[in-house]
Amino acid sequence: MLDRKKEPAYHQVDNINFIEPHKQQLDNGVPVFTINAGNQELVRIEFIFENVNWNVSKPLQAIAVNHLINNGTPDLNAQQIAERVDYYGAFLQTEYGADQSTIKLYTLNKHLAEVLPVVKSILTSSIFPEKELSIFIQNQRQSLQVSLQKNDFLARKYFANTIFGDSAYGSNIEMADYEAIQQSDLLDYFKAAYAPENCTIFVAGKFENEEFLVLNQIFGREWGASSGSFRNHFVFNENTKNDLFIDKPDAIQSAIRMGCLGINRTDVDFPGFQVLNCVLGGYFGSRLMANIREDKGYTYGIGSAVVSLRDAGYFFIATEVGSDVSVSAQEEIEKEIILLRSELIPESELDLVRNYMLGAMLGSLENAFSHADKFKNVYFSGLDYSYYQKYIHTVKNISAVTLKELAIKYLDLDFFTKVIVGRK
Amino acid sequence: MVDFKRFTLANGLRVLVHEDDTTPMAVLNLLYDVGARDEDPEHTGFAHLFEHLMFGGSVNIPDYDQPLQRVGGENNAFTSNDITNYYITLPANNIETAFWLESDRMLSLAFSEKSLETQRNVVCEEFKQRYLNQPYGDVWLKLRPLAYTIHPYRWATIGQDLAQIENAKMDDVKAFFKKHYAPQNAILVVGGNVEFEDVRLLAEKWFGSIPAGERYVRELPEEPLQEEARTLKVQAEVPLNAIYMAFKMPRRSDPSYQSYDLMADILSQGQSSRLYTSLLKDQQLFSDIHAYITSSLDEGLFLIEGKLVEGVSVEAAEAAIWVELNKLKNTAVTDDELTKVKNKSESIMVFAEMNLLDKAMNLAYYELLGDAQLLNIEIDKYLAVQSADIMAIAQRTFIPQQCSTLYYLIAKHA
Repeated sequence: MLDRKKEPAYHQVDNINFIEPHKQQLDNGVPVFTINAGNQELVRIEFIFENVNWNVSKPLQAIAVNHLINNGTPDLNAQQIAERVDYYGAFLQTEYGADQSTIKLYTLNKHLAEVLPVVKSILTSSIFPEKELSIFIQNQRQSLQVSLQKNDFLARKYFANTIFGDSAYGSNIEMADYEAIQQSDLLDYFKAAYAPENCTIFVAGKFENEEFLVLNQIFGREWGASSGSFRNHFVFNENTKNDLFIDKPDAIQSAIRMGCLGINRTDVDFPGFQVLNCVLGGYFGSRLMANIREDKGYTYGIGSAVVSLRDAGYFFIATEVGSDVSVSAQEEIEKEIILLRSELIPESELDLVRNYMLGAMLGSLENAFSHADKFKNVYFSGLDYSYYQKYIHTVKNISAVTLKELAIKYLDLDFFTKVIVGRK
Repeated sequence: MVDFKRFTLANGLRVLVHEDDTTPMAVLNLLYDVGARDEDPEHTGFAHLFEHLMFGGSVNIPDYDQPLQRVGGENNAFTSNDITNYYITLPANNIETAFWLESDRMLSLAFSEKSLETQRNVVCEEFKQRYLNQPYGDVWLKLRPLAYTIHPYRWATIGQDLAQIENAKMDDVKAFFKKHYAPQNAILVVGGNVEFEDVRLLAEKWFGSIPAGERYVRELPEEPLQEEARTLKVQAEVPLNAIYMAFKMPRRSDPSYQSYDLMADILSQGQSSRLYTSLLKDQQLFSDIHAYITSSLDEGLFLIEGKLVEGVSVEAAEAAIWVELNKLKNTAVTDDELTKVKNKSESIMVFAEMNLLDKAMNLAYYELLGDAQLLNIEIDKYLAVQSADIMAIAQRTFIPQQCSTLYYLIAKHA
């Protein structure tokens, strides 16, 4: 007779295989890291450029350049560029991040040789036509108008600005910043940032020597003169206590975001802090979810995260809760933090989190793309794969005592920034 | 190509197995053939609320999530107007835990009052977060009853209002479970680093003894042919005027489905698409514009939605959309343009094979459509579409008297 009350035997994940990339160089020195794996005849190629020349009076120049880079060259207008990529079923995406800007190509291998020249042309000779710039400004302003009506957007914006000030991580974009974008600034930024000496290429998918030769032939030569640049570098103040309340009397939900500056991936405590975060708000069964969603029913979702940036790390909790329970929800969140600082996490809960995190790590390595993403994480932090070995070791072995010490060190409500958008 | 083998248990549960030894993970995907279209008009939102209750403990296992997380697994689910789909990913050597959990809640739920109480609140907060506390958030709550008069697609998956969710009773929960959550109304797909024979044994062991239950026979009202243009003007605290136009299109299993999908791509896939280049870039009437289809199992919708540039009149913007629709009716799509959207569809399908969960979900969905093998010949259907097919469906579809238009406008204050 089947005993349905008894759970089947299970195993902790003990073997996680990372595929390390093959490193090559184009003839002009641009490094190329390749994860050659997978059965599908497709490839993702990312051209990643460090963000440079931060200028607080022109906070949108890097974003606008990234967004508009496929909107015109001396030979092709925006529509022609799009046609040439779309015709071959390829996807050309631009992605602006806090530290890097990316141009990302997804294509079937059979069309690689046709689409790479288009990518080359935009990376080396974009002209940012006035007409495209004005459409961009108009549509981004409209999009910002919509976002400004979303409480969670406002909470994110005010939180970042409070802890990161006028740096690229926290800059408080206003309507007027869009108006101020000048074509000449975009051309200058483009020349400075999108240069071979500032570029790293990451390839994932089917990518043999034959494909590398195609890549090198197209991108390994002159890119045109670059104007030199300085890489962004930010230094932040210590945490202080901040409470921001944005009153929205008609809101039926309040957005809550709270947290503080913390550590990034280069810090020896980072893997342990990730375990702590997981317990608090990093998975469906986390304490915040169990209490504020599953027990109280105050919200559809609540979570916490640790984020690693080049020049900073930060921790935050975010949720949207019924306006009538906004105060109670804040109290419960704070209670959970105090609990982590005052009591040891029970072994059974910690074991569950260990196993969950190992399973999640295993599951996050499902294809060539995700292996490449894992490499980028350590590469841009100046680390190597030994980081993941330390991470796995920490997840398996960290003690409840150490986690409590980390909570005391990094989760201090007296130094938190708290933003409420909606009703108190 | 997504290979699979299948078998059916004596109780009617269909099981498909996709072996993929390139991953250390496994997926267990369980599709129940029930969605919001199967709800009573007085109890809309119930299929989705029920999905939440499926995580509130089953007859032998008080907590669903914890044992799964303890073996390194994750799970989630979604409800649509057509289906409810549950999925688990976990390290493949712990796959039996997924069978244990998923079979117990098919056998019977715990039906806990506390869980019902909490999940009613959670779903109400979800309703607020997604539909009420967002600019334009309630569009689908207004558009569905405009486009459908009697078919249950006239309400959204979340439910037509908060009150019906707040009123859900335990008796309704039990009746819904009995009616829809039987093995013969479900399709199980197990994929990843698993062996067919092992899956067969585990399926027999855990699901084999569940009673077959009743077969649910779906009898939904047919939506009558729309013969008059319908419009609705909404004024709200939004920053931009917006237009939503909905036309009827055939059900998912209709042979013209792929032509409709390609037609939507011609209008709106990528920055070289027609609506983007003409209405957003050249004429600058819209700051945001899209065309898409609902891919519904019953008669679905072909939609065009856009946000207007400040100062553009709603009439001018709407007329410009009609110019593009009429072009599709009157002028054949060129070979190049058709090749372009076909190539894009091919890419999307190949890229979808990178992801184990996507593969498992697709197998379950195509099995529901009639045969999982349809997944592997889907691309051929796209490649077979001709320019004349697009023109024919455009002529059949873009008829002013069969259009439902929602104008979502900036509130004017006195």
